[in-house]
Amino acid sequence: MSVLVGEDTRLCVSGITGREGTFHAMNNRRYGTQVVAGVTPGKSGEDVEGVPVFDTFHDAVVQTGANTAMIFVPPRFAADSILEAEDAGVELIVAITEGIPAHDELRVYNHLKRGSSRLVGPNCPGILSPGKANVGIIPATFFSPGNVGVVSRSGTLTYQIGSELAQNGFGNSSIVGIGGDPVPGSSFIDILELFEADSETELIVLSGEIGGDAEERAAEYIAEHVTKPVVAYIAGFTAPPGKTMGHAGAIVSGSEGTAVAKAEALESKGVRVGRTPTEVAEIAAEVLGA
Amino acid sequence: MDLLEYQGKHLFAKHGVAVPEGRPAKTVEEAVDAAQEVGYPCVVKAQVLVGGRGKAGGIKVANDRDEVEEHARAILGMDLKGFTVHEVYVEKASEIDEEYYAAFVFDRSAKMTMAMLSKMGGMDVEAITDEDPEAMRMLHVDPLLGFQDFQGRRLAFEAGIAADVIRPVAAIMARLYETFVAEDAMLVEVNPLLVTKSREVVALDAKMTVDASALYRHPEMAEFRTEEGADPQESMARERGLTYVALDGNIGILGNGAGLVMSTLDVVAQAGGRPANFLDAGGGAKAEAITQAVEVILSNESVTAVLFNIFGGITRCDEVATGLIEAFDQIKPDVPFVVRLDGTNDKEGRALLAEANLPNVHAESTMLGAAQKVVELAG
Repeated sequence: MSVLVGEDTRLCVSGITGREGTFHAMNNRRYGTQVVAGVTPGKSGEDVEGVPVFDTFHDAVVQTGANTAMIFVPPRFAADSILEAEDAGVELIVAITEGIPAHDELRVYNHLKRGSSRLVGPNCPGILSPGKANVGIIPATFFSPGNVGVVSRSGTLTYQIGSELAQNGFGNSSIVGIGGDPVPGSSFIDILELFEADSETELIVLSGEIGGDAEERAAEYIAEHVTKPVVAYIAGFTAPPGKTMGHAGAIVSGSEGTAVAKAEALESKGVRVGRTPTEVAEIAAEVLGA
Repeated sequence: MDLLEYQGKHLFAKHGVAVPEGRPAKTVEEAVDAAQEVGYPCVVKAQVLVGGRGKAGGIKVANDRDEVEEHARAILGMDLKGFTVHEVYVEKASEIDEEYYAAFVFDRSAKMTMAMLSKMGGMDVEAITDEDPEAMRMLHVDPLLGFQDFQGRRLAFEAGIAADVIRPVAAIMARLYETFVAEDAMLVEVNPLLVTKSREVVALDAKMTVDASALYRHPEMAEFRTEEGADPQESMARERGLTYVALDGNIGILGNGAGLVMSTLDVVAQAGGRPANFLDAGGGAKAEAITQAVEVILSNESVTAVLFNIFGGITRCDEVATGLIEAFDQIKPDVPFVVRLDGTNDKEGRALLAEANLPNVHAESTMLGAAQKVVELAG
């Protein structure tokens, strides 16, 4: 098993005819992902190295049975593309695009939560289930199949932690990048729930960073609902207090969002927090007795 | 991006939020002219992105031309909590009867907008909730429905707003929400929201933060960019499209991806070093961006050593190496560099560096090892 993407994934790429879209769609296909379609308005009938292109997500879904979408279009078109995929009935939408306006994300999130489609991202590196499927931009060569599930807000930091785990002999069930935007479609909690239910996953690594209260919420959830061991990492202990949304923002979220506050919240619920990516891998090795 | 008071008020007025008449001014002469237009008494207000301007002497009432001149002369160029005042706002004085507080906040946690109203305005928002937690009334707005009339009324009644201004306050809340959405704001805060002696409701202050990702649909905001208090390296990096935050140490840091760069700062600090900056070269950085990044890092004279920590995903390590070699060619740095390249095309990148044989560049294979090495070299 793995979570979200695997052998059953039938991927449709929005923005497949763009330079980056083509590059990563082909990369994902070489890895073994079934890339069944692409969407670029006005380019139906064309193909990208054998992958048929459609004008709309609706056509792509009807004609190819696509069940997963990868969004690779520029920020100003991305919210629309996500909503189109949802309207066409795509179950899982992975949005790689960085720089989508926060208010667009807010509308998309609140619309999707009323339906049955799941959004991962935006501004995320995607999802990799080693040996099965890769949807996104995670450099797959560093990862092998195994029993550690990884969920992370950051892209490159995920690769760092993954490579440290690999050096300790661990592979991964799935690696899920949820993205660092103000309104992520899926939260730590959503992914923790999937890993908890996944038979292959024996340990979960949660990689967070400063800002917001997603880690604090995850800590509460872990205490109540997760039986598998969780090892956490928080980036940003030495980061200066960034531009916040003013004092009103702090009052609303009820959290300072600092790395110390997040690490304390997790540790108070029994989650061990590694102070460096290296230490995360060492704790994982200790817990799993490798 | 934070806006100055008068910029926020300009957007308020555009969406029908009542504000006192005013004019911005950059010189004493402009301030005097502005006062002639708005009339006396007027208020000369320092335009800086910091709170508590009044107590710090940045807001003064003027009853005639001489006083405007005197106040503008005193305020323009003054240091206000570390910010130099380059602009004042000359505003018609208001007769204050009551001071309320109103705000709309992008609530990341609930993934909705939070509407806030209190009858205890004119003080810090923390002071309001400290004094009486019940005094701040809050409710969430469904972004798909928008702010409803009943929500404005409910907030106003629950906050204990004076009976005669319940409807005007609810109406101004609706206009503020319109501003919040239409201008892609992350925060709209009015403190105080004023009831004048003639019982009119006006926004006496404006604090707005707008979403930098949405600037493409607000061309007029391009003029709002302010360099007040900005660090020279930060402005230089912004012009080059790099994300840079100045820190107070001596080790220059470059990485790809915000999370990895933050993690790098932490690991360097744990190894006993003090980072001079946060610099995220971004995903897929090309050689040219790397060369420019080196330029920005080295323009800070405190830097005694530099650490490159790259884990290539869409960023290719050979591009990074090419950029670094180019930077050495152009700038000829005189401080040591520690370079750790891992991920996409790492072998090619390391080979390029080995071949170039740059002076005082040390290759390390792990993040931890690279951090320890750079701390040792930085002294």
